[in-house]
Amino acid sequence: MADLSEATRRLGIYRRLLGAQVRSHSSYRASFGLDLTANALMPLLDVAAVLAMFRVTKTLGGFNAFEVVVMFGFSATAFTLADLAVGNIERIRFYVRQGTLDAVLIRPLSVLGQLLTLDFTIRRVGRLVVALAVLGFAVSRANIVWTPGRMIMLIAGPLSGAVFFSAIFVGTATVAFWWIDSGEFANGFTYGGKDFTSYPITVYSGLFRRVFAYSLGFAFVGYYPSLALLGRADPLGLPAWVSWSSPLVALATAVVASVVWRFGVRHYRSTGS
Amino acid sequence: MSALVIDVRGLRKEFTITRKAGRLRRTRHTVAAVDGIDLRVGRGELLGYLGPNGAGKSTTLKMLTGVLMPTSGEVRVCGLVPVAQRRRLAARIGVVFGQRSQLWWDLPLRDSFELARHIWRVPAADHATRLARFRRELDLDDFLDTPVRQLSLGQRMRSELTIALLHGPEVVFLDEPTIGLDVVSKQAVRAFLTELRDRGDTTIVLTTHDLADIERLCRRLVVIDRGRVVHDGTLGALHERYGSRRRVLVELDEQLSAPIELPGVVQESSSANGRLITFSLDGSTTAGELVGRLASVAQLRDISVQEPAIEDVIARLYASSTTPPHPRRSRP
Repeated sequence: MADLSEATRRLGIYRRLLGAQVRSHSSYRASFGLDLTANALMPLLDVAAVLAMFRVTKTLGGFNAFEVVVMFGFSATAFTLADLAVGNIERIRFYVRQGTLDAVLIRPLSVLGQLLTLDFTIRRVGRLVVALAVLGFAVSRANIVWTPGRMIMLIAGPLSGAVFFSAIFVGTATVAFWWIDSGEFANGFTYGGKDFTSYPITVYSGLFRRVFAYSLGFAFVGYYPSLALLGRADPLGLPAWVSWSSPLVALATAVVASVVWRFGVRHYRSTGS
Repeated sequence: MSALVIDVRGLRKEFTITRKAGRLRRTRHTVAAVDGIDLRVGRGELLGYLGPNGAGKSTTLKMLTGVLMPTSGEVRVCGLVPVAQRRRLAARIGVVFGQRSQLWWDLPLRDSFELARHIWRVPAADHATRLARFRRELDLDDFLDTPVRQLSLGQRMRSELTIALLHGPEVVFLDEPTIGLDVVSKQAVRAFLTELRDRGDTTIVLTTHDLADIERLCRRLVVIDRGRVVHDGTLGALHERYGSRRRVLVELDEQLSAPIELPGVVQESSSANGRLITFSLDGSTTAGELVGRLASVAQLRDISVQEPAIEDVIARLYASSTTPPHPRRSRP
């Protein structure tokens, strides 16, 4: 019980930090509205790019347009949710360079918790809303036979994907502790991962698919949860239970990311900025 | 429980520096930024931690506050090991890094204080009492509702001091709190620190390049250079050790008929007509004795006494440290 009230108090502190951040941003009102709109456009452009493919082909990697948009919806929802929650971690390279991290380390709060609230921006919520709308639309048109398991997967899939992408965000941002000019390195995995997961992995081939889809786990963001939802067997021949394993993959990735993160913070403290 | 708030033994911090040596080759050097520092600070002390740029002051403070991990040596602050027990320590210390703000840039100053109350979990009543005190002593009322980004440097520094102290820390680390301030703001900060020191319940570690800060505030000075302590003692002891001299300037009605001969007194200069004379004293003869002797041999018109300038002492101190220059070990 004591632990529970302690956890509640901590959450209360982060909620306040978050509130402070939101107020900070809304003090620039004009750019706030503009950003919110521009952000909402992003997933729309992305889905248009996917649909453009179907002007020249009826199926993509063995899936029809609605099925592919279900995959896209899973991917976009997972990504925008993760981006909203932890996307600002990419700014860590500025904190490391400018020494802002020192100010974070002298507060009695966790480093990651503070960094996530420090630059939180509500503007990205527009993307999430659009991504959810796309997912909802695709799911309603894709002739899905609803079972309790599939309903759960409709919720658990994007959430697992969000955890997975969050882990990718944190894990790759950690590179900044070693390599201050890390620049676009993390983006290759985060935004690159978002684009990769917008299409069925059957369109990729060979080593590229093996590395990104399976070794790094990106197949479990959009592709496999969609197979579970659509009730389709994997054209690549993996057993049906694989389609349901996204939550486990997300959990494992999160564990790896947290180890990498801790290692990174320790490294920072032993080298300085 | 011991009265030692800070206990540092054999503290070392090495950095590895990689340099380009040719198109692809890199050479790595290990540099000791802090090279074996011992430091004990008791409860309620105000310690001036001085040294030239790059001497290792900030690196030391970062190791004492849990920001940096020492390469070797032992550190205890409030009985805690800084990096291992960072969060527990952070609850009990306050830190002002002159160049790095703790305040919320886009929000009214008031909001930063309110957030600090929650971050450090200060009971509302304690918070209110302390804030009232700081508002009075640091004169914050005029800009409590101003967004921090619009504050002047002086106002911001006063605010930084407040947020660092609102949770009633046992120790505060102030890294150049007066840097860049105008005279009035400097005086306000100094008066505030004097008051804090005289209350006696807060241990203060202060780094500064401002000599007036040192003279007004610091009873104990630790001077470091190239990562090592070169002096630990009072300002007086520093003057004594580096042979600082007080000067006595006299104006006489006529020239002296014979030079004054007293132990430790040197006639540094005299004007063309011989009536304005400057003596320097090393302490073995007092200014009073010198003036007495002068009065007995000549008619005195005017006298003034100049205290030794701390600039001179510090400059001499920095110049005289002869530790070998940086790279200690290197590997290809």
